[in-house]
Amino acid sequence: MTSEIGGYNFAYLDEQTKRMIRRALLKAVAIPGHQVPFGSREMPLPYGWGTGGIQVTAAVLGADDVLKVIDQGADDTTNAVSIRRFFARTAGVATTTRTAEATVIQTRHRIPEQPLREDQILVYQVPMPEPMAKLEPSRAETRRMHGLSDYGLMHVKLYEDIARFGQISISYDYPVMVNGRYLMSPSPIPAFDNPKMHQMAALQLFGAGREKRIYAIPPYTDVRSLDFEDHPFRAIRAPHPCGLCGAEDSYLDEVVTDNAGGRLFVCSDTDHCAERRACGHVGDDGVAEAAE
Amino acid sequence: MAYVAVKGGERAIDNAHAWLAEARRGDPSVAELEVDQIAGQLGRAVDRVMGEGSLFDRDLAALAIKQAQGDLIEAAFLLRAYRTTLPRFAQSVPIDTAKMAIARRISAVFKDLPGGQILGPTYDYTHRLIDFLLLAGAPPPPAPEMPPDEAFPPRVHDILGDEGLMEADRRDETVPGDLTREPLAFPAGRDVRLQALARGDEGFLLALGYSTQRGYGGSHPFAGEIRQGGVSVEIVPAELGFAIDIGDIEITECQMVNQFKGSKSTPPQFTRGYGLVFGVSDRRAMAMALVDRSMRAEELGEDVTAPAQDIEFVLSHADNIEATGFVEHLKLPHYVDFQSELENVRRMRRETELLTRDAAE
Amino acid sequence: MNEPRLLEANGLTLHFGAIPALVDVDAQLWPGEVLAIVGESGSGKTTLLNVLAGRIRPDSGVVQYRAPDGEMLDVHAMPAPALRGLHRSDWGFVQQNPRENLRMGVSAGGNVGERLMARGERHYGDIRAEALRWLAEVEIDADRIDDLPRVFSGGMLQRLQIARTLVTHPRLVFMDEPTGGLDVSVQARLLDLIRSLVARLGIAVVLVTHDIAVARLLAARIMVMQRGRVVETGLTDQVLDDPQHPYTQLLVSSVLAA
Repeated sequence: MTSEIGGYNFAYLDEQTKRMIRRALLKAVAIPGHQVPFGSREMPLPYGWGTGGIQVTAAVLGADDVLKVIDQGADDTTNAVSIRRFFARTAGVATTTRTAEATVIQTRHRIPEQPLREDQILVYQVPMPEPMAKLEPSRAETRRMHGLSDYGLMHVKLYEDIARFGQISISYDYPVMVNGRYLMSPSPIPAFDNPKMHQMAALQLFGAGREKRIYAIPPYTDVRSLDFEDHPFRAIRAPHPCGLCGAEDSYLDEVVTDNAGGRLFVCSDTDHCAERRACGHVGDDGVAEAAE
Repeated sequence: MAYVAVKGGERAIDNAHAWLAEARRGDPSVAELEVDQIAGQLGRAVDRVMGEGSLFDRDLAALAIKQAQGDLIEAAFLLRAYRTTLPRFAQSVPIDTAKMAIARRISAVFKDLPGGQILGPTYDYTHRLIDFLLLAGAPPPPAPEMPPDEAFPPRVHDILGDEGLMEADRRDETVPGDLTREPLAFPAGRDVRLQALARGDEGFLLALGYSTQRGYGGSHPFAGEIRQGGVSVEIVPAELGFAIDIGDIEITECQMVNQFKGSKSTPPQFTRGYGLVFGVSDRRAMAMALVDRSMRAEELGEDVTAPAQDIEFVLSHADNIEATGFVEHLKLPHYVDFQSELENVRRMRRETELLTRDAAE
Repeated sequence: MNEPRLLEANGLTLHFGAIPALVDVDAQLWPGEVLAIVGESGSGKTTLLNVLAGRIRPDSGVVQYRAPDGEMLDVHAMPAPALRGLHRSDWGFVQQNPRENLRMGVSAGGNVGERLMARGERHYGDIRAEALRWLAEVEIDADRIDDLPRVFSGGMLQRLQIARTLVTHPRLVFMDEPTGGLDVSVQARLLDLIRSLVARLGIAVVLVTHDIAVARLLAARIMVMQRGRVVETGLTDQVLDDPQHPYTQLLVSSVLAA
């Protein structure tokens, strides 16, 4: 079934387009957290399904790279499979599911549990790059607000949350300040992952295809989740160990196991869970590796 | 109980594609649809796909319609994704609709005019009765023919313009913007706005145009002229230095005539909304012209109050490829975020419970 | 009057098309002083206010503001972020229609707290305490703090706008018809509130009003504008009790007649 796609350039995009995207990426790296408009192309995948991430990956990918693609932390979700297959076909690069082996990781909604290194690039798929989009629909207006670092609106939203609910009610796509200057959407990762962005060794690139924006966080940059001194940011995680590997510090998926309300909590990062099990960690619902 | 994570996304995708191909083919005892049948007999669908797909290629559009099982937005998407990979050889010189080989030309603002009213192959005055003769496959009676008019009929806005009643064409030598290469920026010029409308979703344009007629940003429109037919496309190759004809395309053009009260510097005159679309579609061209005129509200000193007048609103939502992608992406897994919401709501409920209990004690 | 001026404008001229909105206008303001700009609608007073506040650029002329560190800033030559910074902390702007300034979908407390947060305040408890204190200052009950402004009366909205503006202790506040459109009894209470707050906090105010009585109550000095020109200026009592210019005489007498 997986026939090669003929007649297309390495990694699908033509070199002119890649150069245009790289110029936008360089600008984005130079101004951490600032959204750089770019001439997003129409990709053979639908908008909202990772066209921005795919274009960024295509622009940074070299023949020697090893690519990992995850969606919801898993390598085997259908959209991750589809995107990995796209690059395997159009670029012929090696792919992997192991975080440690990858040089480029494209992700939707998660940051891998394992700390990333300086020689790795994390590419985020971003549906809505504007962190204030839900508060102010006009992009002309939010652009002005970023220019003037006029972020009162965002802080008011957090204030209102506490006034109404006693706590900040944002649980994913939790806004961050990058390098003390730009308010940024971390993409819809769970707030649990936000602290991993801070001072990360790897380069973080963000691509929003439909909204035609690119932004970046260079390695070792300050990334702070917005909060109040007396209501500090709290990472949210289901209060259980992983049923398969027993991890108590990883982000968990909740799996419904039967019609009687049975629940199983397992690592959302499938590679992390597999690595731990390979090292002999076993959760309450798991089986020891040696037994298989 | 041992739990094994679900695997096999790859195989599921392959199987889904195989099933899709079978469903597309349909009953194998019925003859397979040929692409030239679609190109020849479903011309209006092909026109729409070419317009929203931003690529004038009847055969490719017909193939896309076949591949998409007649889902026209999906077909336009296929064309777009193909188009974006094509190299660019040249930019055409502006087409001249005054030199159109006219198939249809009507004006609602004059009873009669030089060149006459030409209905062309229109559905306008058909009675919408299902034609069971088509089911039987009877050949149509021959259509009467008349010799083509040698002279080009004048455009209605030129007739009004001669009297100074119509805003003048502004000659602009700057290279028009291109949405497919440069991201949309606001404020957006009329060149980019017209491009966005020309490839915009027909349903969206129709609804917005309709809304202006119902009081949401009215512009007192008259259909000045609708003309449809073939125009030649010319390019100027750098090595030649003069224009050469590279072929004909069929288009529909609509010039709306709108009231304008005038300003301090401009006497009262008529203004225009402009629509130009591939192929045959009065609906699409007229809706485009209405929305184009509405988006000129600010430029003409009118209040911007209605959706159709809000340039950012219209341009950000006109593209059905963007819209369908983002609406449908909601079916991708979101369980990581949902899990975070779930834990959040559980935590908030716990804390509220504690508070109520404390208060009760 | 040898004290350094807080705000100074020289030679402001502005045309809207062929219409002169401002013609060679000078203005000065000292710290803690309330200056009223009066005139009929179309006299250019609101335009002048907007030019002084850096919101409309004049065709010619200069507006200078003395920053807290003593430096004279050229308001129309400042980079936009710096001017925005001034508007967020050291300056305030009270609109005739409070809905233009308030966030109608945000609670009263959030509206008052916004400027504190924009200034970098990051302690929720402190912000809330300060919001409560300011609601009390403008006579809004503490239990309304989490209510949305859309359920407030016109007078309450205007008081909320004043709390939102003054919470950062600005040194200069621009007010555009702050009592316009309110009932007379509501107006009186609001004027009283503005007068006592401004006097107690030592805030300088540029006040635009078409109402001579409002000017007399609040302002120490007055500028009378007609067709974009300043026709008379001086101490409020002096100008209103003994108007020299025929237009001022007309304004004063029309108020007396009414």
